[in-house]
Amino acid sequence: MFMRFIYKFSSPPYFYAISGKMLPWLTALFFLLLGYGLYGGLVTAPADYQQGDSFRIIYVHVPAAWMSMFIYVVMAISGGIGLVWRIKLAEIVSISSASIGASFTFLALVTGSLWGKPMWGAWWVWDARLTSELVLLFLYLGVIGLYNGIEDKRTASRAVAILALVGVVNIPIIHYSVEWWNTLHQGATVSKLDKPSIHIDMLIPLLVMALAFKVYYVIAVLLRCRNELLEREPNGKWIDELLEKVK
Amino acid sequence: MKTSSLFQAFGAVIKRDLLLAYRHRAELINPLAFFVMVITLFPLALGAEVALLKRIAPAIIWVAALLASLMSIDNLFRADYDDGSLELMVMTPHSLSVLVLAKVIAHWLLSSVPLLFIAPLMGVMLHMDSDVIGVLLLTLLLGMPVLSLIGGIAVALTLGLRKGGALLAILVLPLYVPILIFASSAVDAAMSGFPVSGHLSMMCAILFLAITLTPLPTAAALKMSLS
Repeated sequence: MFMRFIYKFSSPPYFYAISGKMLPWLTALFFLLLGYGLYGGLVTAPADYQQGDSFRIIYVHVPAAWMSMFIYVVMAISGGIGLVWRIKLAEIVSISSASIGASFTFLALVTGSLWGKPMWGAWWVWDARLTSELVLLFLYLGVIGLYNGIEDKRTASRAVAILALVGVVNIPIIHYSVEWWNTLHQGATVSKLDKPSIHIDMLIPLLVMALAFKVYYVIAVLLRCRNELLEREPNGKWIDELLEKVK
Repeated sequence: MKTSSLFQAFGAVIKRDLLLAYRHRAELINPLAFFVMVITLFPLALGAEVALLKRIAPAIIWVAALLASLMSIDNLFRADYDDGSLELMVMTPHSLSVLVLAKVIAHWLLSSVPLLFIAPLMGVMLHMDSDVIGVLLLTLLLGMPVLSLIGGIAVALTLGLRKGGALLAILVLPLYVPILIFASSAVDAAMSGFPVSGHLSMMCAILFLAITLTPLPTAAALKMSLS
């Protein structure tokens, strides 16, 4: 029953139709969440007692950092599904996620650096979290580079899936080794942002923003998948039918 | 027809690779020369101050070893891919991941073990203490096989590409990060007189994890590259 649903959903014509219906709703939801999150974060949330107003970049920085890791896992899982069951849509979701994930990682790094300048007095410190985020960006770049390097896109998707799965096994190892490295080398020289239990008025907009980013990711991945489907089978029968309807 | 056991096939692959390397023994010197050259560049760029060199010697040697491994790993499947023997290996009834492991072991014997002999010399030239050199050798012994094993995955993935070189580095280097961290912090701990067994146990754990896990994606990637 479940598998039948998966197969039905993952057939390109069905997916194309249903994602087209979902997109306007998702876009509306995204703007609603974004509007509320930004208003809550930038206007109603109280200023931080230590950092003043500059803490407000958290509403972009933290959701972006969460997304960067979340998307890698999504990419690996959908890649794995594509490898095992040879579902074309899963392969496409996997590779479409890669550049979105890389963008979120980049965004997290840039906003972190902008935040770090007034707080730590430096654009960049070799802190454990920053470094593992940077390594994550390299992992994404490797995935994108490999996909673009292989001519045949089916083969490329499988190669990327293998690489993403290897990466997902490695991410915890990299994360903990980097964390350990930092504590060994730097000790107390970098005073991390100690996190007091965050005020509820600050927390709610943060969670809403995180949700908004997730919805944005879904929108972006659906759009990319639709494009990729059209690009991969330009002569598909269902596309002809689609064009007929448009006329 | 005589069939061979898995163990015999494993041994045959190692023997064949060693024999092939012996027939082209002039090439064996390349990773070594590269390793020594990279290390030589550092004092030239940084100046010959003894305290500074001593402090950063383990890092230099490890980064050089990492780059040397990256240089030589590209040849892991290349020749077999070009002359078609890789396809025959895939077609044998034996598990491809075991044969892959044999190839990686042969590669490690040929490209990394010689480094173990020249690394102490480099350590002396960079003014390292002798007991620290011992720890450095242990980390190289435990860490270099992991580099070859992880590198094998990336080589298998980029096998069909014409310009795989730079891509290979992007794929492999992030995955090398943990080994570099554990190895250099083990040597650092030895330099400051702290116990190193924790770091070395961690490296052992990573080594065994890599031996058991990495041949599987490598074999999958090889089959994909050949299809």
